[in-house]
Amino acid sequence: MKYKFIFILLSTIISSDLTVNEIINKIDFNLNSNNRVITSEMIVHGRRASRTIVSKSWIVGTDKAFTEYLSPPREQGSKMLKLDDVLLTYSPQTDRIIQISGHMLRQSIMGSDMSYNDVMEDKPLDQLYSAVLEGEEYINNRKCYIIFLEAKTDGISYPKRREWVDVEYFLPIKEELYAKSGKLLKSTSMDGVKKIGNRWFPTRFIFKDELKKNSRGTEWIIRDIQFDQEIPEVIFSKSNLRK
Amino acid sequence: MINFLFRGLIRDRSRSFFPLIIITSIVAIIIFFSGFLNGIYNSLFFNTALVNSGHIKIVTHAYNLEYQLLPNDLALLDSDKLINDLDEKYQDYIWTRRITFAGLLDVPDSNGETLMQSPVFALGIDFLSNNSKQLKIWNLDDKITKGKIFSNENEILLSERLAERLNVNPGNIVTFIGSTMEGAFSTYNFLVSGIFNLNLGPIDKDMMIVDIKGAEIALDMKNASSEILGYEKDLFFDDKETVLMRNEYNTQFSDTTDVYRPFMLALRDSNQMSTIVDFSNVIMFIIMALFLIVVTLVLWNMGIMNGLRRYGEIGMRLAIGETKGHVFRSMIVESSMIGFLGSLFGTMIGISVTSYLEKVGLDYSKAIDSLNSSNFAMPNVFYPQVTSELFYIGFIPGILATVFGTMLAGRAIYSREMAQLFKELEA
Repeated sequence: MKYKFIFILLSTIISSDLTVNEIINKIDFNLNSNNRVITSEMIVHGRRASRTIVSKSWIVGTDKAFTEYLSPPREQGSKMLKLDDVLLTYSPQTDRIIQISGHMLRQSIMGSDMSYNDVMEDKPLDQLYSAVLEGEEYINNRKCYIIFLEAKTDGISYPKRREWVDVEYFLPIKEELYAKSGKLLKSTSMDGVKKIGNRWFPTRFIFKDELKKNSRGTEWIIRDIQFDQEIPEVIFSKSNLRK
Repeated sequence: MINFLFRGLIRDRSRSFFPLIIITSIVAIIIFFSGFLNGIYNSLFFNTALVNSGHIKIVTHAYNLEYQLLPNDLALLDSDKLINDLDEKYQDYIWTRRITFAGLLDVPDSNGETLMQSPVFALGIDFLSNNSKQLKIWNLDDKITKGKIFSNENEILLSERLAERLNVNPGNIVTFIGSTMEGAFSTYNFLVSGIFNLNLGPIDKDMMIVDIKGAEIALDMKNASSEILGYEKDLFFDDKETVLMRNEYNTQFSDTTDVYRPFMLALRDSNQMSTIVDFSNVIMFIIMALFLIVVTLVLWNMGIMNGLRRYGEIGMRLAIGETKGHVFRSMIVESSMIGFLGSLFGTMIGISVTSYLEKVGLDYSKAIDSLNSSNFAMPNVFYPQVTSELFYIGFIPGILATVFGTMLAGRAIYSREMAQLFKELEA
């Protein structure tokens, strides 16, 4: 009880010292990096069965990303390359490099609750949104700032979003993503927060497409993550898709 | 007496030949017109049945709730067993699997990279299995404008408009991009074997047709089906029958809440079709009823005229001692015989002509082409339809109208006085 009181007191002090932009910058610092290599598994909870897809991704900044799917057998060998605004996929079954564009970007990745657009718009919040601090709330006994974000420019998949940012970790442990009209499109949550280097990072994300009836959500579990690695430029070449 | 009257009819051509020709002609016209209306009615719904709904179809209950999203993750599993059960239970219907799906069609350049893309709406139909009747039902050979029908599961047919938009021709390879039944990312290379035009307005704008085995592989749907469609064996749509079948079938599963239970839908249950079916039923009934009333009046009038024309003969027969009742009855028997024979010949001719046109069809291509701006899905060829009702419908006006006409004319017999009769004969 004593610790809880101290924690609340500290949180209040912190919250009173921070501006909303500083909070956003801290979130961006935690979730973005110069580069990273992630091995993850995505558990797609379908209506009849669940599937687990394992992949390894190499990411540099917000413009370059390369993902190779390792299992299950149907997805094994499939690759995805993001270069700026271009998203290319490769599947060994067809030996084709296919550009994902237009309305296809709104489709789900591997049947999950995540869309290709979710991957494409991986930029820092500070660049895309202006924020307003709406208040504070406890989620799972953890104090959170409630921040409402509104897009600075048109053409963003989620023009409005509301985030519950943990006051200790500066991570949006709960998030609601809205259309311009205010309709709830997607909700996410994250947990399993770990200290990796000098940043806090969640090891489990849960995405839920609110437009999918009876959706049971998609879990994205980080098995391994390494920041600031040396990633050869050849990883992000088209020829690497066919290797 | 009947033999006597029959001989009299044969010997007096004015009493038999012309009435017989008129009744025969009118009955033949009634039958052909009725068959033609049946054909139009059937044609109107046949294309919907062909492309979308079958005359009746089965999906899972969950699929039905979200059918507009083409939710193949809610598809029917173990389809072969389901089809075997349906074949056994509903032997008047042809049951066939269908996988309906959508995605993108990607055309590669010479380096195998994306050159063009377009959304595609695809139908996986069981064309190539041994006992399939789908090729005949779809009559695809007549709808292919370029290339040929596919010969294996890796080949597809594209609609003219889709092929034009993607600038592909038979022999090109295209890649389908979509999702498997479980939602996994799916890409599959297909060889374009032919280009088709269904002549059904916007329906085939983005359409691709593939054998069901190809769809199974591309979408990982082994022995699963979006829908199982049922077509009446003679391809004749009977609204009442399909509704009865649907009610009976769905009652079997009324005690379960399993969302994946099979759920039968009649054609009228698809896409607001019930309004169109009801409207068409009423319109067809009104047209047929008006036509029957008109021809009945014509035949009735002929019966009256026939009776009145024999005014003198009847007077003579009464004068030589034949009773009024006997004369009246003999006229009724005569008109019954004429009506029966005329209806019989008319039915034979009418059914023969309808039956012939049922096979060759009535081609309205030129008239339909002039309506090119319309998006209404009109068939270019109408096929009249021989149904069981054609075998009796002509007898109703053919016999009854003739006999009633004669009866009306016969009333004059009873109103004639003997004294007046002799004066008329003397004159």
